[in-house]
Amino acid sequence: MSVLVLADHDLGRLSPSTARTVHAVAELGPIDILVLGEGVDQVVADAAQISGVQRVRVSQDSGFVGQSAEALVPLLAELAEGYSHIVASAGSVGRDVMPRLAAKLDLMPVTDVTALLGPNRFERPIYAGNAIETVTSNQTQHVLTIRTSSFAPAANGNSATIEPVSHAPVISAARLIDALRTEGDTPDLGSARIVVGGGVSVGSAEGFKLIEQLAAQLGAAVGATRAAVDAGYAPNDWQVGQTGKVIAPDLYIAVGISGALQHLAGIQGAKKIIAINKDAEAPLVQIAELRLIGDLFEMVPALMRELEARGVRQA
Amino acid sequence: MAGKILVAVKRVVDHNVRIRVKPDGSGVETQGVRMSMNPFCKHAVEAAVALCEAGSAEEVVVVSIGPKGATDAILTGLAMGGHRGILVETDETLETLAIAKILASIVDEEKPDLVLLGKQAVDDDSNHVGQMLAALTDRPQATFASEITWDGDTLTVTREVDYGRAKVSLTLPAVVTADLRLNTPRNAALPMVMKARSKPLSVRPLGDFGIDTAPRLVTEKVSAPPERGGGQAVKSVEELAAIIAEDVAAMEGAS
Ligand SMILES: Cc1cc2nc3c(=O)[nH]c(=O)nc-3n(C[C@H](O)[C@H](O)[C@H](O)COP(=O)(O)OP(=O)(O)OC[C@H]3O[C@@H](n4cnc5c(N)ncnc54)[C@H](O)[C@@H]3O)c2cc1C
Ligand SMILES: Nc1ncnc2c1ncn2[C@@H]1O[C@H](COP(=O)(O)O)[C@@H](O)[C@H]1O
Repeated sequence: MSVLVLADHDLGRLSPSTARTVHAVAELGPIDILVLGEGVDQVVADAAQISGVQRVRVSQDSGFVGQSAEALVPLLAELAEGYSHIVASAGSVGRDVMPRLAAKLDLMPVTDVTALLGPNRFERPIYAGNAIETVTSNQTQHVLTIRTSSFAPAANGNSATIEPVSHAPVISAARLIDALRTEGDTPDLGSARIVVGGGVSVGSAEGFKLIEQLAAQLGAAVGATRAAVDAGYAPNDWQVGQTGKVIAPDLYIAVGISGALQHLAGIQGAKKIIAINKDAEAPLVQIAELRLIGDLFEMVPALMRELEARGVRQA
Repeated sequence: MAGKILVAVKRVVDHNVRIRVKPDGSGVETQGVRMSMNPFCKHAVEAAVALCEAGSAEEVVVVSIGPKGATDAILTGLAMGGHRGILVETDETLETLAIAKILASIVDEEKPDLVLLGKQAVDDDSNHVGQMLAALTDRPQATFASEITWDGDTLTVTREVDYGRAKVSLTLPAVVTADLRLNTPRNAALPMVMKARSKPLSVRPLGDFGIDTAPRLVTEKVSAPPERGGGQAVKSVEELAAIIAEDVAAMEGAS
């Protein structure tokens, strides 16, 4: 058995989810990482350091810019032959690419894997995480995406072999014309140790700044509900939940969030949840380890002052 | 030349229902539970109908694969403005790969310029079928769409991705999957609901397609996730600040 992991990267940087993916599949056999994209020297160097990686295979073809599934899948399908498991993290690239790859190989993929119980036995959540399915695959190869919030990152300190891959010209009828990136340098939601989340109750984009300020003070990532994103208070890539990002921080501070089941789907991995809400009956308040009942417009500024007084301030 | 759009819709347990895992671990209780069209499919239908109204397309075909009851989802699609429906009838629970293969053979018959699907079904949460269908029909794909414009044989799609949004251009024919911010699905007025019943609906048995739909995976069990217990009330902001400050210090100490 051997494993091919598709590296998750953006802007020439390896995403923290890749080391988590490697850790998830570490037991399955020797691991190769595949890096596809332009200007990825740093990505390759970082991938080679991840423990458990045998080889980093790379193509810097300009056709991989934009990482369209149509561009990536033919090469992945060709390389797949040598591997028992072809794996990616369940980010927007993995979710886009892996089902297309699986269909090309006539395989049924297993996606959003939260536990590997063996080489062909997997757990994955269904119904917005309200049920966990255990599946066995009798196929000879396995196409997987990993829900990386369920796994710790593999350690660093390796120096894997780096090898270019040669391939046919990349063709895609889909092409990236504009990458509209969310500005700012808030920590990665998927790997942050503290996340502060805000709901539509902040009332405006200006109001959402309160959430961002509290997050900045704590060095935390910022999350949002779908309702807050729909209202235009927060960018779409901050959405946490069934159809947004899944988080597993040590601490999640949810401010003015009701806790609809679709939002809860994204936060079940949080070790500790603190809810600040004026409604003591809100579902999120009910599941939180700690709750503070009151108006967020009073509570959050007061909390920031009290934290400051205790030496917790923006780095 | 105005085009043709195929929309695939799935009937699922209504997204507001709090599901129950069967005590014997065999699955999720779906008997006597409210069913409705998968929310993402509603956005797909709305997009198809809107493209028709904008003159980009002239026909919207709504297809669903499932038991007789899945007709309801097709009727919802027709009431929203779809022109005709196809039900591929089966009582089997099919895997996404099998669904994609059936849809691929319908694409073969219907030759739509655009296939619209939901990005994910909220029961199995797979997020597979659009991408698989694109693979099987060798079409370009744009998943997680929050905006679609159709100009001649080019489609411009804004996709919701991890870093924000990605604007892509693809040549038709293509496959697009709908995200929730694509549009606001219309509620069909009663006259439209009545009219939907008289729109053409072809019912095709699964056997007609000659596709191997045998499952590749065995579901060993379905279990309930661990429950999160209720916690404790914090009396004051000062108390909460002290707790958070301690947590932050502990994390800094540990890293
Ligand atoms: C298919 C589907 C997928 C979805 N996916 C997601 C998803 O991925 N993520 C997601 O988040 N949602 C998702 N949703 C939406 C979800 O169902 C809820 O609508 C949403 O999470 C609610 O957001 P909210 O908590 O901000 O707003 P609300 O539900 O309106 O809650 C507002 C909360 O703020 C509190 N509040 C109001 N004013 C104050 C104040 N001044 N101080 C303190 N508290 C206050 C209220 O008591 C209430 O609890 C999805 C829905 C569907 C149908
Ligand atoms: N049984 C089905 N019949 C018709 N369309 C389906 C069916 N299952 C899935 N789809 C389509 O595929 C999308 C994604 O579903 P899934 O890959 O199962 O998450 C759905 O939103 C539908 O558009």
